Amino acid sequence: MAITVRIPQPLRGLTGNLSTVDASGADLSGCISNLEATYPGMQQRLMDETGQIRRFVNIYVNGDDVRFLDGLGTALKDGDEVSIVPAVAGGS
Amino acid sequence: MSVSVYIPTPFRHLVGNRASVHARGANVMEALSDLDTQFPGFNAQLMDAQGHLARHINVYVNQVEIENLQGAATPLNDGDEIAVIPALAGGAGPTVMTPEMVDRYSRHLIMPQVGSAGQRKIIESSALIIGAGGLGSPVALYLALAGIGKIGIVDFDVVDRSNLQRQILHVTDSIGIPKVDSAKARLNAHNPNVEVVTHEEPITSDNAFEIIGQYDYVINGADNFATRYLVNDACYLLKKPLIDGSILMFDGQATTYLPGKGCYRCLYPAPPPPGMVPSCAEAGVLGAMCATIGSIQATEVLKLILGVGEPLVNRLLLYDALSLEFRVVKVRRDPECPLCGDNPTISELIDYEVFCGAPIPHREAPFGG
Repeated sequence: MAITVRIPQPLRGLTGNLSTVDASGADLSGCISNLEATYPGMQQRLMDETGQIRRFVNIYVNGDDVRFLDGLGTALKDGDEVSIVPAVAGGS
Repeated sequence: MSVSVYIPTPFRHLVGNRASVHARGANVMEALSDLDTQFPGFNAQLMDAQGHLARHINVYVNQVEIENLQGAATPLNDGDEIAVIPALAGGAGPTVMTPEMVDRYSRHLIMPQVGSAGQRKIIESSALIIGAGGLGSPVALYLALAGIGKIGIVDFDVVDRSNLQRQILHVTDSIGIPKVDSAKARLNAHNPNVEVVTHEEPITSDNAFEIIGQYDYVINGADNFATRYLVNDACYLLKKPLIDGSILMFDGQATTYLPGKGCYRCLYPAPPPPGMVPSCAEAGVLGAMCATIGSIQATEVLKLILGVGEPLVNRLLLYDALSLEFRVVKVRRDPECPLCGDNPTISELIDYEVFCGAPIPHREAPFGG
């Protein structure tokens, strides 16, 4: 199952500077595990010690924040787009 | 004939706090009578005991004073614009555009979405810009050029040579002088009609209400999380629209928060631990990114003032300059939000340095170190 994942700048060091990568998984949790297998270190950047999505990282499935869907259990299907968007404070 | 009538601030309480209302009538007197029917008591403010227009009231039709037309009998056509302008003693008077302004803002005035009523709204508005840096520079410049009446700038820093790669408010000769002073000089050189108020201090829990309370709109160009949460909370508690933007490397984000429709805490419930997300000082930023995001922020302010279009509310705009893609994701008000949720626990400003685990930068430690 091919899911497109959009990688923000701060995480592109893990993906060889790719801004989008393909992943698979029946839900978001599976997708992150799959990303971790291909790009080690990704899971730790996205999830905290308790296995929850870090609170300054938003993950969107087709433009919807998964916090308002089913979180890590949000179901994914072929063609879905997952976007990872961390808080950024730069302004100066 | 249906005409629009511009209502100056002193009379707006009579018309439901609107800046512009519609009236019907074949001439000025009929239109004013219609207004009195719609808003009882309106004419009492305008007429003397004999039922003539009081001498301290000037009425304009399409920007021409009616004494130069046919007085109260001046005929009206569909779409005409009437302005009712009282003389005021001192202070912020009603906005009568000078010929210089009509010339200066002519590209605004010819647009139906702006026009003279819209331009007056812009002139009567005020905006506070947090940070005279990368984002604050283009925001301040475009708002000043647009004619915003009062622009406040909060910044405690002095101009450094390394700022000049992106901070277009400052020039090489400004190195070493306070950014707010450099900003004020540049903005007034561009548009002397704008009142620029400088706040040369960090914004903190102690002064945020006092500073933000003086302005209609707040634009965030801060460079650290503590200030961003502080400004978010203060704006929500004061019910001020907050136009947010941030940049890093080749990425930008922008969104608009209207009180009650979600806030920065709904989007990002907690800041990253220090060091987890790099700052511009640590990771860099392409200078031209500032213009893209700052210009979007300035556009949002002007749209809100004019009441046109769809503001960037409940939407987070993501700009990826490398792939040159703009995307939008949803921002929702979180019922669990401690600030604007259903059961809020934050009702006053907190200690944001503790909340973020990092100090609010100040002059001795501009990068929060």
